Amino acid sequence: MSSAVTTIAPPKELHLRADMTIATRNRWAMADLADGMHLWRLAWALGWLDIRLRYRGSMLGPFWLTISTGVMVAALGVLYSTLFKIELKEYLPFLALSQVLWGFLAALVSEACGVFTDAEGVIRSVRMPFFVFSMRGLIRNAIVLGHNIVVIVVVFAIFRMWPHPGSLMALPGLLLWAIDALALTLLLGGFCARFRDIQPIVNSIMQIAFFMTPVIWKPNQLSASGIANLAFNPFYDLLEIVRGPILGSDIAVTTWIGACVYSVALCAISWAFFVRARGRIAFWV
Amino acid sequence: MTSRALIEVKNLSVLFPLYHGSSRSLKKMVVAAASGRLAQDQQQRVVVRALTDINVHLESGDRLGLVGSNGAGKTTLLRVLAGIYEPVLGSLRVRGSLNALLDPNLGMNMELTGRENILLRGLYNGLPRSALPRLEEDVAEFAELSDFLDLPVRIYSAGMVVRLGFALATAIKPQILLMDEWFLAGDAVFMEKARMRLEEMVRGADILVLSSHQNEIVRQWCSRVLWLDQGKVLADGPADEVLNRYTGSIPHHPADALV
Repeated sequence: MSSAVTTIAPPKELHLRADMTIATRNRWAMADLADGMHLWRLAWALGWLDIRLRYRGSMLGPFWLTISTGVMVAALGVLYSTLFKIELKEYLPFLALSQVLWGFLAALVSEACGVFTDAEGVIRSVRMPFFVFSMRGLIRNAIVLGHNIVVIVVVFAIFRMWPHPGSLMALPGLLLWAIDALALTLLLGGFCARFRDIQPIVNSIMQIAFFMTPVIWKPNQLSASGIANLAFNPFYDLLEIVRGPILGSDIAVTTWIGACVYSVALCAISWAFFVRARGRIAFWV
Repeated sequence: MTSRALIEVKNLSVLFPLYHGSSRSLKKMVVAAASGRLAQDQQQRVVVRALTDINVHLESGDRLGLVGSNGAGKTTLLRVLAGIYEPVLGSLRVRGSLNALLDPNLGMNMELTGRENILLRGLYNGLPRSALPRLEEDVAEFAELSDFLDLPVRIYSAGMVVRLGFALATAIKPQILLMDEWFLAGDAVFMEKARMRLEEMVRGADILVLSSHQNEIVRQWCSRVLWLDQGKVLADGPADEVLNRYTGSIPHHPADALV
């Protein structure tokens, strides 16, 4: 009988030692990233799959996200514009944008904790770059963001706020978000696999951050009350570099500097952790 | 084949720290650190020696069988060879394309159709897009799913799921084949066909490492046998010689005949 199997596995070479130097570990971590990026189509497919499975059998599918975000924004908008005594026309576009962007950030941070533990079965049965699971987490949340953008578009259209060229300045901010997201998933994914009680801590930090960051309230309300210092909230800087350009408000240079400093710090910590922990993650999940 | 396949394991040990319950918690570590006992705690961490001081050298043409009782470290060794568990002590060198048949349902998703599962597996293996149609054709043909191929795996019969899983696992031809014994499941008619396909694959591989409780299979396919016991190598040599010693050592309980 002739062989039906003609698909040949891609060749590879593996040389692992227990007593690897930092330089060697660093090389393996870089190889993980490179191999992971090479498998971007897998990460893409898995990201979509996560969304499909989450909404399987439902007629509207992921558009339920759009609807629930829309209802949430409408309800909060009416309530808080009254409480804060801000005109709806001024407040609602701000809220829609903030809420959607924050939803993306918060889900990303929270889900970063599970990127490796959720893929336990795969990690324990095949050698696979861990970066694939990081990309999967980012892609999954980017898809959710994509659905929620509809809410922003609708609100902006209702209040006749049309896009202006300055909005494009949000793109570098989004790029920075993507880099941060990947760094964070590598860090939290590994850390939460090792210490299972990090996840609840992260969730409560995000809960507090939601109230401490100008998401539903405006930064100028705080300065009006005489408190001007938002400088040490990384979420504020990161949120503002994307939100500001879209709303057409000026971004202080310090905000950009802050966002970059926090991002560099995050990437550095995350890399140092990943270089050290990469070989151990399979034991932890 | 580009280069000759090679597996070289030197003084390899794998220890599993037990992360159960409270020993895993951050609280305990913080408390221990605060009271200055962290180092001690690390030392006293309960570890399981899954593999101790393993040395194996395999080259093209070698067919290694792993025998030993449950928990002897057979599957762990396969996972180490596959690069999943990295050595805690010692080193590992593997050259050549590798396929590890460890989990029959690797990445298989019940909600996806058979066809989508095939494509997903192709992606898992990092196959180029051009290789996917061939893979799909091959798996579909072997698994005999015909019309079911475009229906979700969820509605398949148990036999069909086994066929698909098997066809997927054996669809990609490696230089080094690592195999756990799960594949010997399935209905009788399928078994004969599966056996042929598997033998085909085994013959095609440069190096085979097979872990099994079924000594006859090991005797048939392997030229060399490594007998593991509690993570240590008890014997390593020609298949018949080691298997005879191994079977001689097992007390003949009826329960053993079942596994």
